[in-house]
Amino acid sequence: MSDPMQEIMASFFIECEELHESLVDALQALADGDADVETINVAFRAVHSIKGGAGAFGLDDLVNFAHQFETVMDACRSGDLAMDDPLNSLFLRCSDVLSDLIRCSRDGEPIDTAMSGGLIEELAAYVSSDNEGGAEPEEEIDFQPMTLDLGELGGPGDDMAVDLPSLDDLPPINLDFPSTSPGLLVEFRPDRELYESGNEPLFLIKTLADLGPCQTTVTLDPPKSIEDLKNLGGRLSWSILVETVSQPDAVAEIFEFTDGLCQLNVTPQQDAEPDAVISELTEETTPVVTPQADDIPTAAPPAPAETSKANPIDSPSTKRSESKPAKASPTVRVDLERIERLVNLVGELVINQAMLSQSIAQEDIPPNSPVSAGLDEFMQLTRNIQESVMMIRAQPVKSLFQRMSRIVRESSAAIDKRVRLVTDGETTEIDKTAIERLADPLTHMIRNAVDHGLENAATRRERGKNEQGEIRLSAAHRSGRVVIEVADDGGGIDREKVRAKAIEKGLIAEDAALSESETDQLLFLPGFSTATEVSSLSGRGVGMDVVRTQISSLGGRVSIESSPGVGTTFSISLPLTLAVLDGMVITVAGETLVIPLNAIVETLSLAVDDLRTVAEGQKVLRVREQFVSVLDLGTELGYRAQIPVEEGTIALLISPEEGVLVALLVDTIEDQRQVVIKGMQESYGRVPGVAAATILGDGQIALILDPNDLIQNSSGDDVVILQKKAS
Amino acid sequence: MSISVLAVDDSRTMRDMINLALSSEGFEVHLAEDGEHGLEVLDDLAPDAIITDINMPRLDGFGFIDAVRLRDETKTIPILVLTTESSPDLKARARLSGATGWIVKPFAQDKLVRALRMVVG
Repeated sequence: MSDPMQEIMASFFIECEELHESLVDALQALADGDADVETINVAFRAVHSIKGGAGAFGLDDLVNFAHQFETVMDACRSGDLAMDDPLNSLFLRCSDVLSDLIRCSRDGEPIDTAMSGGLIEELAAYVSSDNEGGAEPEEEIDFQPMTLDLGELGGPGDDMAVDLPSLDDLPPINLDFPSTSPGLLVEFRPDRELYESGNEPLFLIKTLADLGPCQTTVTLDPPKSIEDLKNLGGRLSWSILVETVSQPDAVAEIFEFTDGLCQLNVTPQQDAEPDAVISELTEETTPVVTPQADDIPTAAPPAPAETSKANPIDSPSTKRSESKPAKASPTVRVDLERIERLVNLVGELVINQAMLSQSIAQEDIPPNSPVSAGLDEFMQLTRNIQESVMMIRAQPVKSLFQRMSRIVRESSAAIDKRVRLVTDGETTEIDKTAIERLADPLTHMIRNAVDHGLENAATRRERGKNEQGEIRLSAAHRSGRVVIEVADDGGGIDREKVRAKAIEKGLIAEDAALSESETDQLLFLPGFSTATEVSSLSGRGVGMDVVRTQISSLGGRVSIESSPGVGTTFSISLPLTLAVLDGMVITVAGETLVIPLNAIVETLSLAVDDLRTVAEGQKVLRVREQFVSVLDLGTELGYRAQIPVEEGTIALLISPEEGVLVALLVDTIEDQRQVVIKGMQESYGRVPGVAAATILGDGQIALILDPNDLIQNSSGDDVVILQKKAS
Repeated sequence: MSISVLAVDDSRTMRDMINLALSSEGFEVHLAEDGEHGLEVLDDLAPDAIITDINMPRLDGFGFIDAVRLRDETKTIPILVLTTESSPDLKARARLSGATGWIVKPFAQDKLVRALRMVVG
């Protein structure tokens, strides 16, 4: 088993990320002016918790930075310091550095103390000039980062971490006394308040017995009034003679918690004379000798009623004995592997259910029979289970968006543009894998938007726009997919420039007639870059073609909309889950295949009259005044040679890009159903046009096609251009 | 016969540390994330001692101690305050709520164990 401290440390860093996320959230809310009274508290607690954990692991740099950060924030939340824009911006920068410190501490990288030190000074300036008692300079002395060494227990003589108000208030203790003292006389009279604070005289006396053998005498003062009868507090007192070489301050340490709640006298005894002590006591006293602490009879000192909570029935042995934390939290951390296993099993369940449905359908069982009704419920239940399991993998895009806000801050600072990031739909959930794999393409798109999308301040002024550019990052569910948009309010795509560049790079012919949207699509071609010179920001060798590839590996699509002077919007459209899809089961040349339902715009039955033949035997189909390219799926997949198109042939209309349609010819449509995606990449690598495989209800394996990929890799001309010729 | 302890802290790291420090010493450890959650746990559990943080969302340590002391079933349970704050004001405030003792983070295992044994016997 691995070192538990290492595990806790690893979990600490995960927690740090979560805390940092809530910190950024709170600071953003403060910056946007939609904070409430709790917001600053949330931010404070986040930093405070990071500091607390870091202290336990001796991460001094992190502790010191978090401490200064927290101190200024504390001044804000107590109202000693007013939140304003410069302060908020400082907090945001501190939050970034805090994140760096966490990362460096986690990865064991050297820490850039110049950066954190500078900010600590900036923070310190706030509290030194504005300090009105909110932050305490001496608190730093109290905080001593130290490593927690669980392997070694210190001796009882260690200084206690127990820290109560100063001992000055204690009754006088004679400290001038020889260390060879044979004993101490401890006189202890608890106030009523001591019992109310949860302190128990019995336990204190037992602890005292650790110092040496005790002779204990308890006294119950006679009641002074009727009221006193039920009020034992203040009437019980103990006189304990301890045979010990310990100093009186060892006793004071034991009674530290009771400071101010009792009368305590500790007197060194030169020559212990127990008899002498007892002789001074009243007749009502009962001496109780306790040679061993554990042997103290629980019944002996008549403890006041309210302190006798440990009655035998409630003793720990009869309590719930499980040592695991009681219903720890509203969230549970689960190994991803376990979820994968569950997802796979649910996949099997779905397949099994489909097979069962198929067998029952073949048995000619009447639809109103109990078997059919039961099957219906089973299907419903299977679907619910499947959805619930998929939801386990789903996470809000918030963490992703937060990373982007940092990208905006950094990239806008790098090229000296003022940019504001507005986010929307942060709670939209998508598959965890998708969140992880979206970070790269989104980062690139955001950098692009800051660098190329937004005009510089002077141009914006001329155009009557706010000098501060705006980038809007949003996520939303739209017809079974998640759409993530990156929109800027910049100058829009300079299509003339794009066109010139494409011609220069030999990507299109000089006389190519391209629509606006086709021109925009050029941005996604490999090797295309509009930056006339490589800028330090977005010129990192990653083009929009890579972005498109990354998105399509997630089953998604990217599209552009742009209007000159108004701005550009990139939309990423992703499937909700990566594990199951709604598919259309079709056959072509005797092969059964699955086409994702959301790729199909429409299904048609062909009329021969609507077909036209254009160059090189390519056919186009007229669909409501629009001509679309026609591809025979069987031919494309190499199952058969070109076949004549007959009246009534079934065509699936596919839209590989915004505004483009292609008709895919198939033989029959078998069914529409949910299929479990079984990846093939690991075994076969990437097969063009094929997304994955699945197992159908009858146990048959069917390929799941990626029609968009298929069309783009089609044997014919580029279909986009083909369509252009046709119209 | 193990001693049961409820530890209330909003930091998972702290909860894990306390759990490790006390479980390895034979304590029966129960955990809660904040004051509200702590009170929920106390609905069907009477631990021998409670350790609580001060700065927590929903219900902070002071409010939590107040509530524990108001309940008949729990009002005598010793409560140790475990926090990085160590200013006298905060301690006085905790004492006023009815805290039994005070331990400053970061803690060493032996110190925590000794303080606990002292209040639970």
